[in-house]
Amino acid sequence: MKTLEELRKIREKAQQEMKLRSASHRIKVVVGMGTSGIAMGAREVMKVLLQEISQRQLTDVLVTQTGEKGLSSLEPVVDIIEEGKPVVTYGNVTPENARKIVAEHIVNGKVVSDFVVAAENK
Amino acid sequence: MSLKHIDVLLCCGSGCVSAGALKIREKLEQVLTENHLQDEVNIIETGCMGPCDYGPVMLIYPEGVFYKHVKVEDVEDMVQEHFIKGRPLQRLMLHEDEGTPLVTKSEIPFYRKQKKVALANCGYIDPEKIGEYIAVGGYEALGKALTEMTPEQVIDVIKRSGLRGRGGGGFPTWLKWQLVNQNPVQPKYIICNGDEGDPGAFMDRSLLEGDPHRVLEGMLIAAYSTGASSGYFYIRAEYPLAIKRIKKAVQDARDLGLLGDDIFGSGFSFTAEVRTGAGAFVCGEETALISSIEGRRGQPNPKPPYPSTFGLWGKPTLVNNVETLANLSAIIQKGPDWFASMGTETSKGTKVFALTGDVKNTGLVEVPMGITLQELIFEVGGGLAAGKKFKAVQLGGPSGGCLTSEHLDTRIDYESLREKGAMMGSGGVIVMDDSNCMVNVAKYFLEFSLEESCGKCTPCRVGLKEMHSILEKITRGEGTIELLNQLEVLGKSIKELSLCGLGQAAPNPVLSTLRYFRSEYEEHILSRSCPSLVCQELLHYHIDKEKCIGCSLCARKCPVQCIFGSREDKYEITQADCVKCGTCQEVCPVGAISRFPGVSADLRQDTAAEFTKLYK
Amino acid sequence: MYEEIYIKYSPEQENLISILHDIQDSHPQHYISEEAIREVSEYLRIPVSHIQGVLTFYTMYSTRPRGKYIIRLCESPPCFLAGSEKILAILLRVLGVKLGETTGDGLFTLELCACLGVCGNAPVMMISDTVYGDLNEEKIISIIEKYQGGQA
Repeated sequence: MKTLEELRKIREKAQQEMKLRSASHRIKVVVGMGTSGIAMGAREVMKVLLQEISQRQLTDVLVTQTGEKGLSSLEPVVDIIEEGKPVVTYGNVTPENARKIVAEHIVNGKVVSDFVVAAENK
Repeated sequence: MSLKHIDVLLCCGSGCVSAGALKIREKLEQVLTENHLQDEVNIIETGCMGPCDYGPVMLIYPEGVFYKHVKVEDVEDMVQEHFIKGRPLQRLMLHEDEGTPLVTKSEIPFYRKQKKVALANCGYIDPEKIGEYIAVGGYEALGKALTEMTPEQVIDVIKRSGLRGRGGGGFPTWLKWQLVNQNPVQPKYIICNGDEGDPGAFMDRSLLEGDPHRVLEGMLIAAYSTGASSGYFYIRAEYPLAIKRIKKAVQDARDLGLLGDDIFGSGFSFTAEVRTGAGAFVCGEETALISSIEGRRGQPNPKPPYPSTFGLWGKPTLVNNVETLANLSAIIQKGPDWFASMGTETSKGTKVFALTGDVKNTGLVEVPMGITLQELIFEVGGGLAAGKKFKAVQLGGPSGGCLTSEHLDTRIDYESLREKGAMMGSGGVIVMDDSNCMVNVAKYFLEFSLEESCGKCTPCRVGLKEMHSILEKITRGEGTIELLNQLEVLGKSIKELSLCGLGQAAPNPVLSTLRYFRSEYEEHILSRSCPSLVCQELLHYHIDKEKCIGCSLCARKCPVQCIFGSREDKYEITQADCVKCGTCQEVCPVGAISRFPGVSADLRQDTAAEFTKLYK
Repeated sequence: MYEEIYIKYSPEQENLISILHDIQDSHPQHYISEEAIREVSEYLRIPVSHIQGVLTFYTMYSTRPRGKYIIRLCESPPCFLAGSEKILAILLRVLGVKLGETTGDGLFTLELCACLGVCGNAPVMMISDTVYGDLNEEKIISIIEKYQGGQA
């Protein structure tokens, strides 16, 4: 290693791989993975979200799961949590819709109003 | 392309591995594959997270959930509930007394008073991946030192930080460096002393296992400042995992060019090698350690000359302890003032302690210097197990001393401890409850030093043996008050006359217990009684006839057939024949048999004549 | 006979301790024979007496054949406080040997050792390179059985 620049490059790359352990994420995507959510296809939705986010190299987005939210008729449910903005909840999310949510909401910051079931300030 | 959305940090320090962490990993991999989650979950083996008695422990990110006592049977649930459904398992979390679960690490009392500097990455990064160390800022301090500072400037920073050797002596680190730096003889060597022999101390093992690159970076910084061109990690053979990890770290650093020629284009070149011990406590002493690296018997040599003038192969050599080296990168990066803002007037920074013995939370903790023993044992360590009373704490291993409940408000720094007759040592803290006999404990520690004495100098070789035989006499009930004085005189002369630190410190446990628990020694001698019910010759078993149901189980199980009686008359122990094995007490179904201090009354009459002789 | 080991180390005295470790580890009975000592003496060109001196100084070397697995029970104070004496009694009984001896089937040698640094999980023992903590009778029996069954 001859320069500090080389070290910096290694650091940046390695930090990407450790991002799950740091608290700094621009957007948190939470998939409801209760029994009914899974029954309605939440696992598939989760997979699509992960694939889309990974393909687009959205390194500041965190995908995580949560338990039953009590919205059985609206499962699968996905929350988009962004610092300083109301939490947006999407319902009846299909893999198709999930792609749209990533492309429009997460990338362009435009809420996909068609599937929104709730938006509230936390 | 990565689909990972869960990081499982599995503590794979030796403690958790001994509790079965690797089996958890195996099962986890299997269950993840069954559920097609293998691409979504990272399993990262980290170094020691600290709370060893909760092992196996794990941390799950992004939430940062802390699980303890994880068993193979829990893995299925963990994957189904937590990883798939996002419902962390409360039953694997730590609970506060009222039953509220403590979800993340920061909520756990064990961690609250801690301040991690040397241990900052232990339990957070994968110690076998140099990338993870670099990701958290690793090797930047080295880069800064090599490209922006002169060796003298680095020494000055360490001087201002107030860092003192963490291996025991507490010698100012910068001064040791300066002595080597100013020595014109070439080549110079640096040795990382990883021969952590003090029983009850395992911070160096944990650092080498959990964050080996931090230690290596520290060595590089020290080498640059002193002008050393090659270095050795001397690790004891009892630590196979630490040896493996540091060897890998050296190899990975070499591959990246962080070891070798012209590091960071600064012109500074350095090579490092790993050497192992082969089972000799005395090799922790620097001159003995040097002998061992040279391929000889690890016997110490008189100082002076000090290694800084005449060390490895007669060349100037810097010997620094693992934890000392592990503090360096943070001092360079965050500055000497930051480091000096922690601790006391004379002892700066933080210190890693290994809490062991009868304390509730055993494990590895790092706290600012100057916190009190009370805080360390009762707040961080959680106090003693229910129903047990604090009796003493042994600081500094077999070379240290015992302190009592009177000293709980003592601040932990080099000077305060020495003043009280204990020492910082390498940071082993062995907590003892009221079931321990201090005479027996002192004998035990002395036995340790006696066995480890290399035999080169007479005070240590013969003197310790003499002290030990006196202690034997006392614990057998053959002691006299005169012997106590002899013990003190002997101890003091061994301290003064021994060649190296081992002998100079070996009498400490005896001297400090004599100082603080003299009445317990006297009771052993004058009343022929061990009040803590440990010394077998000075206690007896007795059957409470009120409780005895005459079942005869004790009589049948007694290996020397010294219990007689009948269902009607109940049973009784023939004290003269009893070997005090304790079997009767263990098998009694109604708890009618107990131990009592002192020789039993009937036996006392038999030996009354002999007994009076002892009083004279 | 030990060419594979020599290849890793130049013929210098400083490599003696590492070479002895490797020879001992590579022998199925984990010991260093008279013959091995003579060979190393030739390779490093140092006297047999020096090697003997080193061998007998360090406790982890053995000049007598030992079992396939070496059980090292930690005898340091934290383990002592946690009842290592009882554990020793259990091991002696389960294995049916005295301290330092090897079981009849040549499988285990029982030794005591210095602190293994796993004091938070005392009492502990190490078999080969694997450390087992929080020992009790039940655990010891199941561990020994596992090794006897060859699944270790």
